[in-house]
Amino acid sequence: MSYEKFIFYIFAALLVYSASMVIVRRNPVHSALFLVFAFFNSAVLWMLLEAEFLAITLVLVYVGAVMVLFLFVIMMLDIELAAIKAGFVRYMGVGALIALAMLVELAMVVGPAHFGLDKYAKPAATPANALPNTEAIGEQLYTVYLYPFEIAAVILLVGIVAAIGLTLRRRPEKKTQNITEQVRVKRADRVRLVKMDAER
Amino acid sequence: MIALSDYLIVGAILFSLSVAGIFLNRKNLLILLMCVELMLLAVNMNFIAFSHFRGDLAGQIFVFFILTVAAAEAAIGLAILVVLFRNRRTIDVEELDTLKG
Repeated sequence: MSYEKFIFYIFAALLVYSASMVIVRRNPVHSALFLVFAFFNSAVLWMLLEAEFLAITLVLVYVGAVMVLFLFVIMMLDIELAAIKAGFVRYMGVGALIALAMLVELAMVVGPAHFGLDKYAKPAATPANALPNTEAIGEQLYTVYLYPFEIAAVILLVGIVAAIGLTLRRRPEKKTQNITEQVRVKRADRVRLVKMDAER
Repeated sequence: MIALSDYLIVGAILFSLSVAGIFLNRKNLLILLMCVELMLLAVNMNFIAFSHFRGDLAGQIFVFFILTVAAAEAAIGLAILVVLFRNRRTIDVEELDTLKG
């Protein structure tokens, strides 16, 4: 067994294990942490596929941002775990059955009969003086895929605006300044000159 | 040598596991969102495997865009979840039956 194959099987097994723990664990914090582990393992598999940039991006974006957001939300909501535990067994049978049927069907389609080494040979090793993966992706991204790239930026902006707009809460009892009214105020709104007789 | 089908089968296993997770975790909307992330990971695995074995960079570019959209989706989904919990005090899928679906 070659070294590459050894690495692949180790990390694929860890990936499948952590993915199954994500769906089996009852505590959402454990699920989120196992999902982080799954992302690390698949980053290793992507490294084996020579997609270095995306492997690092997966760790940085998913583990560093998305999963931290998940953990933050889990800890912010106080979910009672006992209620979540109930009803798990009820769907166990049908869930396992459908997943198994799906896996068998998928394996028949993507199995070695159609995508084996004889159909898709191992690509030649990348020469040492070739363009690095990150540079190659950047070159494509800023030329051929420039418009999709800009649209992706707009999607992220919409995501920020939507997330803030959804969760922003105005409490009526909270005392805040109304800056526009403060700036717009005129002298006449505040000062009233009263004519009085002088006292003596 | 590792064949393309090995990577595709890892992706298929991940996808089936996340489908099973959606069936099992009906009580917790958070884990459903995590299962969706796992599904996207399985799809990305297939894209990158094909990109490597066919020598075409377009697959990796596509994964880059999927990652972008998935990040936005997770942010908005979690925001909706927080608003939901604030209004209903629950994230149980079976109690969210106002639409009588």
